[in-house]
Amino acid sequence: MITKEEVEHVGWLARIEIDAKQSDAYAVKLNSVLDYFGQLDEVDTENVPPTYHVADIVNVFRKDVVQESMPQEDVLANTENKQEGNFKAPRIM
Amino acid sequence: MVYENPDGVRIGLEVHVQLNKLNTKLFCGCSTNYHDSEPNTHVCPVCLGLPGSLPVINEKAVEFAIKIGLALNCNIVEQTQFHRKNYYYPDLPKGFQTTQYDFPIAGEGKIVIEGEDGERVIRITRAHMEEDPGRLQHMGSIDKSKGTLINYNRSGMTLIEIVSEPDMRSPKEARRYLDKLRSILDYLDVFDGDLEGAMRVDANVSVYMGERVEVKNISSFKGAERALLYEIMRQKNHIRRGGEITLETRHFDEARGVTLSMRTKETENDYRYFPEPDLVPLRVADWVPEVLKTLPELPDAKRDRFIKEYGIIDMHARALTTEIKVANFYEEVASKVDPKAAAVWVADILKGELNYRDLNVDAFTVEDIVSVIELVTSNKITEQSGVEIIRAVLDNGGKPQDIVKEKGLLKVEDDIVAKAVEEAIAENPEAVADYRAGKEKSLNFIVGKVMQKTKGRADAREAREKLLAKLDE
Repeated sequence: MITKEEVEHVGWLARIEIDAKQSDAYAVKLNSVLDYFGQLDEVDTENVPPTYHVADIVNVFRKDVVQESMPQEDVLANTENKQEGNFKAPRIM
Repeated sequence: MVYENPDGVRIGLEVHVQLNKLNTKLFCGCSTNYHDSEPNTHVCPVCLGLPGSLPVINEKAVEFAIKIGLALNCNIVEQTQFHRKNYYYPDLPKGFQTTQYDFPIAGEGKIVIEGEDGERVIRITRAHMEEDPGRLQHMGSIDKSKGTLINYNRSGMTLIEIVSEPDMRSPKEARRYLDKLRSILDYLDVFDGDLEGAMRVDANVSVYMGERVEVKNISSFKGAERALLYEIMRQKNHIRRGGEITLETRHFDEARGVTLSMRTKETENDYRYFPEPDLVPLRVADWVPEVLKTLPELPDAKRDRFIKEYGIIDMHARALTTEIKVANFYEEVASKVDPKAAAVWVADILKGELNYRDLNVDAFTVEDIVSVIELVTSNKITEQSGVEIIRAVLDNGGKPQDIVKEKGLLKVEDDIVAKAVEEAIAENPEAVADYRAGKEKSLNFIVGKVMQKTKGRADAREAREKLLAKLDE
């Protein structure tokens, strides 16, 4: 069972503000998702190897060759908060 | 002598090594050569985490990781993959770090260090690959900061995180472990340890077999030793006052030399690791035989060979093989002059003079040290003059042969010494009488007179022998 407190904690992890009313509603919804996974648990997977990736391929690499980076101007194009070529964020502890 | 470890200290280290000798980052083609560049000029959609970008693994980075794993005597895993470690912090713009989780590329290895009571095996738990986050710079002091500046040039650089078991019993052993690791990595030529941020350390420390505390933000080896000394003292004092040590993360404040508690709300579960869907798994265990062929002779093996091949003592062999550059330098010198003399001059004298001036071996040439050694072994100058020449070359430049002439260091001829001995005896009858009466000290006085007469260019030991022979006639 997912509790209201857990919903609020997950909200904090994702830096999303969830008020008390919302957290009740989310708890109900998340529990129904978990119930669905509970159904999957009924399938016997004893002898099935785990799947790590949907595509059945391994070892996709690139050579260690330099490609051009973006101009600084383009890198900072999507923000208004910049200073001397840096992104500028609020104070972080 | 067995080290008792009276406080039951256990230290485990996590060392992040930045593979800055690769040309490009771990998942994109951005250049790694950003250290002197403007902020945010070595970034692209991949390392900026822009929507729709697709990371692709740098093949060479995987090869380097395997090389490091093999050098640390680790097993290379059959199959591995990358995971997303989710956390919101602006050092990574994607909201997660791409790292390895349950199948690190290298597991269970070991290295040997010079411990408190002789050689000690430090077990390696694992070595895994991950991306380096960007760099945050606080505007003003951390508590009164007005904002944070973010530079993503470092973001996406290849890191190898090497995790040890808590096998070190003192800050000194931790330091030796770090030095040994650095030495091995230098031999492998996978990183330049002199570049800023090339090696970063987190430490786990406990006393009296109690709960461990993690100390983060250690930026140098000297810092590691200081942080550990402080943290062990803090834990001991806390326990003495009746306190209890609980699992926590502390931050090392380099300027003040203290560790401070960092309140974090995140626990392992909160990272919600899951396989990175944008990258396919790696099956690279079959690369091992090829990578093994590229593995150079490592410090321990080189030390053993130096002892056997050059007949030098263990202490010299260790000093000469710590740094690959010094080892190569020594081998060149040893091919030209007597290897034992070369060991003394390179390991004891030259290294000391270089350390004193905070220089590395690049500051001296093989040719010059060979000249100095030849001058001394052919008895043309004294050992002391040899040292003087090395100092002069380091401080003012010039060639040993010229310095010998400029400073008049050529040893005086035997007959001049003999003459000085005779004069010294004739001019100091009282001292001679005292010596004959059994006053050993008087001999030193007369030797001093001989050295004065030869302006210090006589070998003091030879002068003493000549004097004794004359007095005993």
